[in-house]
Amino acid sequence: MTLTSVKTTLVSKSFAAIATMFVVGGSLLFVAGHAQSAGIHDVAHDMRHATGFPCH
Amino acid sequence: MFMKMLSGAMIAGGAAGLLAASLHFALLQDKLLLGEQYESGELSHFAMPAPTQDHGHAIATGAHEVTAHSHDTAEGDAEDGHSHSHASSEEGSDITRNLYTVAFNVLIYVAYAILMTAGFAVATTNGRRIGPSEGVLWGLAGFAAFQMLPALGLPPELPGSSAADISDRQTWWWAAVVASTSGLGLLAYGRSIATAVLGLVLLALPHLIGAPEADGYAGLVPPELSAAFAARVLGVGLIVWTFLGWLAGKLWADEPFK
Repeated sequence: MTLTSVKTTLVSKSFAAIATMFVVGGSLLFVAGHAQSAGIHDVAHDMRHATGFPCH
Repeated sequence: MFMKMLSGAMIAGGAAGLLAASLHFALLQDKLLLGEQYESGELSHFAMPAPTQDHGHAIATGAHEVTAHSHDTAEGDAEDGHSHSHASSEEGSDITRNLYTVAFNVLIYVAYAILMTAGFAVATTNGRRIGPSEGVLWGLAGFAAFQMLPALGLPPELPGSSAADISDRQTWWWAAVVASTSGLGLLAYGRSIATAVLGLVLLALPHLIGAPEADGYAGLVPPELSAAFAARVLGVGLIVWTFLGWLAGKLWADEPFK
């Protein structure tokens, strides 16, 4: 494996890790803050009002 | 690499979420419960409709009496509600409800911490050093982008407030957050006047377009209560985000992602 290909692998690995972090964080934000299914809405209700999310 | 970033974010977000939950119960929950009493009709600060021209005098007099009466009731019920909250019949459901509030405060701040840590990684790969001081700035910027600026269009609301369609508001919220984070990022890390100008345009754009609004002001909760609640929500958000940024930055500096 050449030095360039090692560097490329490292960069693409870190890119994948960072991209995954954004996806995981965004998904969690959606579920906790925005998902409107009755079950999640009811248990997240007080936090949503108290964090300024549009709730209902 | 991914697990290292995730575990740092979970520690910072978990601690921030517990701080948020503590401040929630110290400053916000009593106002939220009072708002629910107005939402359910248990309390009313306008017990009569506005007077009409034909029967203006009679109804106006009646409204005055009823308003005075409802004011007394509000104070009485608020005190009652406080003492009842410790009653054994309601205690179990109150505990469950409050445990969910703690859990979701932790979840939401873990989500913010994951996004912030991903941002740290982007900054670090571009040659920036991130520590607790930078973390505080990131926390302030996160507060601005995720709470303060969206609140310009969608003020934090109590149950019983009037508002536009939920999905329209959520769409605007996401657009405002994406525009605000991009705008602040360009201002902070852009290298030219043009990127700074673009950053300012992105910060202003959601508010020039405007958030969806309710058809009329038909909220059931007193404006004084709503104003106090909104101010406290933003104050609590500022404290917790600043702490989150400091801790996430400190953890990052101790063991940076490589």
